[in-house]
Amino acid sequence: MPLIELNDFSFKYYGAESLALRKIDLTIEEGEYVVITGPSGCGKTTLCRTINALVPQFHRGYISGNVIIDGKNTRDHTVAELSSIAGLVFQEPENQLVTLNVEKEIAFGPENLGIEPTEIRRRVEELIKLLDLEHLREKHPHEMSGGEQQRVAMAATLALKPKILVADEPTSNLDPRSAEVILDIISGLNKLDLTVILVEHRLDLVSKDASRIVLMDKGSIVADGPPREILAQDICQEIGIGVPKATLVYKRLKEQHDIDLGSIPLTGDELAGLVKEASS
Amino acid sequence: MIMMEDVHFAYDGLYTALQGVSLQIDDSERIAIMGSNGAGKTTLVKHFNGLLRPNSGRIIFDGVDTKHYSVAELAREIGLVMQNPDHQLFLDSVEKEVVFGLKQLGFSEDEIKERTERTLVSLGIEGLSERSPFTLSGGERKRVALASVLATEPRILALDEPTIGQDASQKDKLAEMLMGLNEKGRTVIVVTHDIEFVIENFPRTIAMANGTIIADGPTNSVLSNDEVINKCSLTAPQLTQAARSIHKIFPEVPERLTLLSELEDAIVSILGGV
Repeated sequence: MPLIELNDFSFKYYGAESLALRKIDLTIEEGEYVVITGPSGCGKTTLCRTINALVPQFHRGYISGNVIIDGKNTRDHTVAELSSIAGLVFQEPENQLVTLNVEKEIAFGPENLGIEPTEIRRRVEELIKLLDLEHLREKHPHEMSGGEQQRVAMAATLALKPKILVADEPTSNLDPRSAEVILDIISGLNKLDLTVILVEHRLDLVSKDASRIVLMDKGSIVADGPPREILAQDICQEIGIGVPKATLVYKRLKEQHDIDLGSIPLTGDELAGLVKEASS
Repeated sequence: MIMMEDVHFAYDGLYTALQGVSLQIDDSERIAIMGSNGAGKTTLVKHFNGLLRPNSGRIIFDGVDTKHYSVAELAREIGLVMQNPDHQLFLDSVEKEVVFGLKQLGFSEDEIKERTERTLVSLGIEGLSERSPFTLSGGERKRVALASVLATEPRILALDEPTIGQDASQKDKLAEMLMGLNEKGRTVIVVTHDIEFVIENFPRTIAMANGTIIADGPTNSVLSNDEVINKCSLTAPQLTQAARSIHKIFPEVPERLTLLSELEDAIVSILGGV
């Protein structure tokens, strides 16, 4: 049984004129690392919200089709029931942090689910270690940098032991170095078997780690496959997403100069490596 | 022209956000301000239009100390788009947001209509004009906030993180619009972490760290400096990484910042394509 299953799912927010999601069919298996990308307003955030039932349980609207998360139809299960299956992290960590220090923040979710105090204590310590938060333990979120806040928000989300981490542009407000730290953590969590759904525009930063890219436009999925395969397709430039520059150079060499580097690079180093190989 | 002379500023007198910033910005410049989270970039641009006032030091606008001007007076000349659009948007339709600023500045009905339409089209949000900003996506809201200020075409535009949440084609549209305003003589200042956007569009870069300016000059040389890159928590763009690595074997390929066409040409000459 797939972990995430959207079957012919469409959604329109109350008051909106057009569909936010149109006939989405999407199946995601446990352990995948899926990057969702596409032009702004294409439905990425709405898709994320379907995975923990925020759509349709909190954001109301017209629906057709079904979303099945770990065997649970989101029409019949609350956000609270799904909170220990799918955890969401948003662009602005400040909007997500509710308590006065790191320990309380991480403990907040499990406490509300009535989990044993000794187990909560164990999870808090584990996550402080995993996300490198020791030096922030006693700090108020407002005294932290954006990158530190985002790590705390992730820890608080992971404290519910979700099977799926859904991160909606978690690095948009961060400087590139802090963004890299967050993305490395996400990639590491995926290697520990967490299923990851990441919304991101900066494909140069995430393509190397992802197992799959889902490309959306106007509420529909328009391409879906391994990063190298998807990013070399013309549709990426046609709908205007940010193809890694190294991949663009590869395409231009092939199309304008009849030079085939043999495989599709996703990073600057991969491009340089291919040029070296081709020249020798 | 804006001049800052030894500006210091501390929020609540505790956390020192600017510690002795001096700079000069001439008319019609295009400038990027870069630096890590917490370097003081946003604090700096909020001084341009008087949202923040220095604890010490002076800010001179066209020869007059800005302490003599109110925020409202400065806002006529200096338009600021804040990082978070939700701090800026307050009306119930996209069109009203854009019309509001133009009305405040006393433009004629015809002029307001023409500018509103032109700006919405330039930023690709003309189809959203009747929508409430609060029903839009994050990237769309950001463009509404940009439109409301860009439509007024102030002499100086200061944009805090304008590319957040924007896909590649939206970024291109924004850049095109900023170039157009710049050609009309407007000064454009952006605060951003987006190094590719800066390399492609801004000839001058000011780099900040810990409330001070650590480098100020041509973008090419400021961002080729590894120490600046490190202190600003930036990472070298892919093309630069590729160029540096290729340079080690083919010294004729320059290792400095590179545009896509330059790297393409260099690789073609190495591999001898047609």
